[in-house]
Amino acid sequence: MVQVKIWGSLAAMTDDQTEIEIEASTLRELLDGLAGKYPGLKPQLDRGVSVAIDGRVYNDGWFTPIKPDSEVVLLARLKGG
Amino acid sequence: MALDDKQQYQTREFKVVGTRVKRPDGVDKVTGKARFGADMSAPGMLIARVLRSPHAHARINSIDTSAAEALPGVHAVVTRADFNEITDDDFTADILDNCMAGDKALYDGHAVAAVAANSPAVAKAALKLIKVDYDLLPHVTDVDAAMAKDAPVLHEGRTNESVPDGMSPNVLARYEFGHGDIEAGLAKADRVIERTYKTEATHQGYIEPHACLASMGPDGQADLWCCTQGHYMVRNTCATIMGLEQGQLRVTASEIGGGFGGKTTVFLEPVALALSKKTGRPVKMVMSRSEVLRATGPTASSSIDVRIGMTKDGRITAAFAELRYQGGAYPGSPVEFGSMSAFAPYDLENVKTVGWDVVTNRPKQAAYRAPGAPMAAYAVESAIDELAKGFDLDPLAVRLKNAAREGTKASYGPTFPAIGLEATLRAAKDHPHWTAPLGENQGRGVACGFWFNFGGDTCVTLNITPDGTVTVSEGNPDIGGSRASMSMMAAEELGIPYEQVRTIVADTGSLGQNEVTDGSRVTFAVGLATIEAARAAKREMCKRAAMVWGIEEDAVKWEDGAAHPAGENAGKHPPMTLKDIAAVASNTGGPIAGHHEANPEGAGVSFATHMVDTEVDPDTGAVKILRYTVFQDAGKAVHPDYVEGQFQGGAVQGIGWALNEEYIYGDDGVLQNAGFLDYRIPVASDLPMIDTVILEIPNPGHPYGVRGVGETSIVPPLAAVSNSVSEAAGVRLTQLPMSPPKVLSALHSK
Repeated sequence: MVQVKIWGSLAAMTDDQTEIEIEASTLRELLDGLAGKYPGLKPQLDRGVSVAIDGRVYNDGWFTPIKPDSEVVLLARLKGG
Repeated sequence: MALDDKQQYQTREFKVVGTRVKRPDGVDKVTGKARFGADMSAPGMLIARVLRSPHAHARINSIDTSAAEALPGVHAVVTRADFNEITDDDFTADILDNCMAGDKALYDGHAVAAVAANSPAVAKAALKLIKVDYDLLPHVTDVDAAMAKDAPVLHEGRTNESVPDGMSPNVLARYEFGHGDIEAGLAKADRVIERTYKTEATHQGYIEPHACLASMGPDGQADLWCCTQGHYMVRNTCATIMGLEQGQLRVTASEIGGGFGGKTTVFLEPVALALSKKTGRPVKMVMSRSEVLRATGPTASSSIDVRIGMTKDGRITAAFAELRYQGGAYPGSPVEFGSMSAFAPYDLENVKTVGWDVVTNRPKQAAYRAPGAPMAAYAVESAIDELAKGFDLDPLAVRLKNAAREGTKASYGPTFPAIGLEATLRAAKDHPHWTAPLGENQGRGVACGFWFNFGGDTCVTLNITPDGTVTVSEGNPDIGGSRASMSMMAAEELGIPYEQVRTIVADTGSLGQNEVTDGSRVTFAVGLATIEAARAAKREMCKRAAMVWGIEEDAVKWEDGAAHPAGENAGKHPPMTLKDIAAVASNTGGPIAGHHEANPEGAGVSFATHMVDTEVDPDTGAVKILRYTVFQDAGKAVHPDYVEGQFQGGAVQGIGWALNEEYIYGDDGVLQNAGFLDYRIPVASDLPMIDTVILEIPNPGHPYGVRGVGETSIVPPLAAVSNSVSEAAGVRLTQLPMSPPKVLSALHSK
């Protein structure tokens, strides 16, 4: 299980929790797990998110490994100018 | 993709990287040979012009194009009826609607029809013959007004699940970030201030207007030449809109006269393709400056409430901001990035931001350098400055006291790895600028800024030519010196002179998918791919040398541009240089190349501190920039001239945003200043030389330690200039731009 921090306005979709536990060892498993456990998150996941794993931000890499003690933070999908 | 160990930073002695080599595009640009978007032409080419709505908000009942089509010299007219509707992709559907209005014109300047004709004069005459039957609708252009419950509504049903019931349908999304307990934190403060700050929409102000040339054949194949920050994005977007297979549309990027985020989407390209499809002829389109200002993306305007508590020794006990951004007529203002970045420079126990994405009857906003962050930093850094000065504390010392460091839990969630904010603050404190004397009516301001940076899909091919020169093909338009930087990194890795390498920007048929040139990603991500491509070529060259010498591949090493036997057991062989190996490539297995395709992550966040002196004319309210110094972490400055240019350019654009630039709408919702005479960007004579201090704290996620630098430099200047002007004027200003009438009004209010 990994502990995932989500941003505050998503908590309405996760029973008011901003930290949730998901069974995942990769980014893909994490995103699938979030959508499966909290279907209310799916619209935001479909619009796009980035994920910070131990301080490094990932946009796409499905098979990025996640360790059980990793710090995992869901972020709005990063873009730039 | 996770980085493997070799892609992590490793210390090394640089020979090429870090030098100031000659830029490869310089001669073409100063002699006028460089081909920009408007310089493309083709046999039989038609010229197209766009009819734009003169109304801020109107229902389009009908468009009669018959008279225009009957005009001699006119070959075709297109309206929205010539495009297939997109029903399964809101993002692209909005782009199409912005390129050509559907049932409503949503802002002054919104395209409603386009004409292709033999000449610009005929196309222009034809526009006057198109009859559009409009029903005028009430409009709204101010973000706070648009959030009111009785505001004119642009769209129904676009609000997403994050918005509470009962709000205006113009409010499309809500974001909330932070941690801790704001009220408990504020209770510990010796002073709490609560302020509202406003910023106006500003345009990216690139000197080259949008331009393209489209040619679509009856066989379904199409070619497009355009000025863009991302020709792969253009290909993919236009293919979706036009119902083409991506592989059938080849897009070639021209030289680009600035983008700054504003060329990360399409405006003309689908229209040109539709006209080419309809006429069977190549079609060229070039925007006027007025069209650029009326119909392409400025950034969002904002209205921001800030509440910050501080102890008398300068510790921030709690910080809250509510950010309202209007992003024009479609969803997607960068308020989430404003909300995430607002307090990112600080180590705060109690912090919260709430952001609202709002639509108004203005052009669809486009990204602008560090989208969303400068306005947020303006509000936060202004409030921190006011608190520090209220306690008679050194504003740099207060920022150092609260600065985020390695291990800080960022306001937007993650824990920071090694970061460079503290280094920029210490460099600022130690710089002679900080202690230089100031005169009457003069003030000094400082501010910090942050940007995320990222990587993204990237492909590089590196070819060894038969004579031993090297060509690098990248897929990102060069808006900030990437051709020089890629050549330098290839030369560094191969151990050859910079002059032996040439980098080109390849078309979409030549490489795999490449993310847009944005997010300060190119020197990081394309640089990493270039280094990896060079390493692949080195491996192959070592293999070829091993064949020639009759030894095992792993008995060969690459040093100083040549293959060498790896040790005594490999035998005594004279080194084979890159040129030696290239000369026998045909005899040893054929041409030699290296390539690398990846989606590199690990870009590493970026921080800057800016310092500026201003003088306020008490009679006119005019502000003069006297001195400006940028302190920013570049990880490793590959080509310091370009890095300094990025720092200076961001500062100057921020100065314009702070002092003069603004979209001015009349009561009718029509833009009043759609030209550079009335939309005042800073020019060289307005400015001193912008001084720069490059700090190099290596990014652990890049083999050479490179960190993107293009965006962070526009984040601090709005606040730095405002803090300086407020000190010079002796009164706190809370709205941008600080144009002479506003400064004079503030002076009179003292």
